Amino acid sequence: MNIHEYQAKEIFRKYGVPTPRGGVAFSGPEARRVAEELGGNLWVVKAQIHAGGRGKAGGVKLAKTLDEVEKIAEEMLGMTLVTHQTGPEGKVVKKVYIEEGADIKEEYYLGMVLDRALEMPVMMASTEGGMEIEEVAAKTPEKIVKVAIDPTIGFQPFHARKLAFGLGLGKDEQKEFIKFANALYKVYMDNDAEMIEINPLIKTGEGKFLALDAKMGFDDNALYRHPDIADMRDLDEEEPTEIEAKKYGLSYIKLDGNVGCMVNGAGLAMATMDIIKHEGGEPANFLDVGGGANPDTVAKGFEIILSDPNVKSIFVNIFGGIVRCDRIANGILQATEKVEVNVPVIVRLDGTNAEEAAEILRNANIKNIIPATDLKDGAQKAVKAAKGEL
Amino acid sequence: MSILVNKDTKVIVQGFTGKEGTFHSEQCMAYGTQIVGGVTPNKGGMTHLGKPVFNTVEDALKATGATVSMIFVPPAFVADAVMEAADAGIELAVIITEGAPVRDMMYAKHYATKKGMKTIGPNCPGIITAEECKIGIMPGHIFKKGNVGLISKSGTLTYEASNQVVKEGLGITTAVGIGGDPIIGLSYKELLPMFEADPETEAIVMIGEIGGDLEIQAAKLIKEKITKPVIAFIAGQTAPKGKRMGHAGAIISGSKGTAAEKMAALKEAGAYVVESPADIGATVAKALKERK
Repeated sequence: MNIHEYQAKEIFRKYGVPTPRGGVAFSGPEARRVAEELGGNLWVVKAQIHAGGRGKAGGVKLAKTLDEVEKIAEEMLGMTLVTHQTGPEGKVVKKVYIEEGADIKEEYYLGMVLDRALEMPVMMASTEGGMEIEEVAAKTPEKIVKVAIDPTIGFQPFHARKLAFGLGLGKDEQKEFIKFANALYKVYMDNDAEMIEINPLIKTGEGKFLALDAKMGFDDNALYRHPDIADMRDLDEEEPTEIEAKKYGLSYIKLDGNVGCMVNGAGLAMATMDIIKHEGGEPANFLDVGGGANPDTVAKGFEIILSDPNVKSIFVNIFGGIVRCDRIANGILQATEKVEVNVPVIVRLDGTNAEEAAEILRNANIKNIIPATDLKDGAQKAVKAAKGEL
Repeated sequence: MSILVNKDTKVIVQGFTGKEGTFHSEQCMAYGTQIVGGVTPNKGGMTHLGKPVFNTVEDALKATGATVSMIFVPPAFVADAVMEAADAGIELAVIITEGAPVRDMMYAKHYATKKGMKTIGPNCPGIITAEECKIGIMPGHIFKKGNVGLISKSGTLTYEASNQVVKEGLGITTAVGIGGDPIIGLSYKELLPMFEADPETEAIVMIGEIGGDLEIQAAKLIKEKITKPVIAFIAGQTAPKGKRMGHAGAIISGSKGTAAEKMAALKEAGAYVVESPADIGATVAKALKERK
């Protein structure tokens, strides 16, 4: 799960990771009030969406007067921001964050993430603050310093020193930086973070370090023990159909094609998308109905797939293991009574009791249901059906 | 022959008396797996499915001589169960539970490695040596005995692949579902050499997914050390780019974890890379013919 910048900064402050002062606002006048309370004569108005690259897209703007704060906030709220991370459809700005202006002397990058190969968290820093970090990694990888932190010993001063030297920090700055990095490690570990990104981390004229931006993602499996973080979920940032699917234990992601897919297991679901493409079609979605496919989940699956008007055929691809195919076949029949399925449904059921399942579908003799013998046959039929050639 | 487990392997079950533990233990026993007991704290002394229940893994180990533990405890308690097994001297823990926090698994895996205990999973179907020993939740009857080893990140794709191999008139030595979580136990890099060393295994199927770089590491290993034919499929060729907010994850390995990148690396390493998931079985048959 991801959270907004302003929420990440709240967590940062709790742990003593320094950030500029700021507040969130949902309207122009509210933005003005926040700025007034902050005081000073320079503010930054920042769109709060779950995506990077806001600056280039016009989602981060400076204001020198309270009138300007209000005006910029009003313009920004309701605007659709398109960045390299939002996809072409962009994201609508529903809240802005008003922050005091900062005296930026240097910009750095600081991030933390799990290194799957090393099986430990890695903290990385770069002098190329403000740049897209994957671009830095591709063009000048030597400008990224990394330390892997064995969780059984925790974050040690030597880790921090290695990063500080990598950033070319002087002796006095090192002390400040080490404190900062230490606190950041605690934020990461205590909260079951999946990743933290501070880009840029700035050094002020006074030699202080401040997190000017903050991105955080969390391990969904650990949210049960962080109710405060779970409460930060912003459903506006998620696809409504994906949220609806989750309620029923389904995992759904909408794509651009016209062949709907309903599959059990994430790997097989991805493979099903792959074979549709391989046979000349385009998958309309990823849908994993999970291990316990039953009439209700199958019905919900049909409903969600059919809510996409592009869908011209549906490929149901279930490999019955512990779940028997005959039960799933019955589930499909019951589902078609609950939901009006008006496109061809190609059904491939294999594994336990596959023959009984085929018999059930044949006997039911429903016009729109077309049995398939195996994965390839099913994919070919689904693609043909979507093209109106079946 | 086979790898890791066979008909003589003695298995205990942690989370034996729970609903999932009970159901799948019964299925494993029906398959022929020697389940010799189970562990559920505060239920020691009971008999369940005709087998003794112990309070601790240590007690279970002393009484039964088990070397493998199958773990079905709820996600919040998985790390504790794994560490208890490692502490007691279990040699291999097969962790079926889905949804364990990554941080917990990180600590558990470190401790298991320190104690010399191998792990499989979490969030995986388990391991099966065809017609001898099933430790997990896979439908056993799909795995007919044969000469093909199978390593897979995905559960249902494991079944799909085995089914295709069997339809070609071939069969499986051992199949291992390694799981697709960020922290997992045995992976391609440990299992490929085991299959290479197993005299009965003549070909190896590896099924990967997008994300991470385990398949890239596997490709290096295949190139250097594996002489048996490897048939590889990577799921997610058409998957859209991750919806992750940040992208720090892609930087560490210098790899973006795409299917195309993994397939290219495996091809370069000499593996038979299958583009359509429907062609796994036929490609295994072809590879075996070519190498003979």
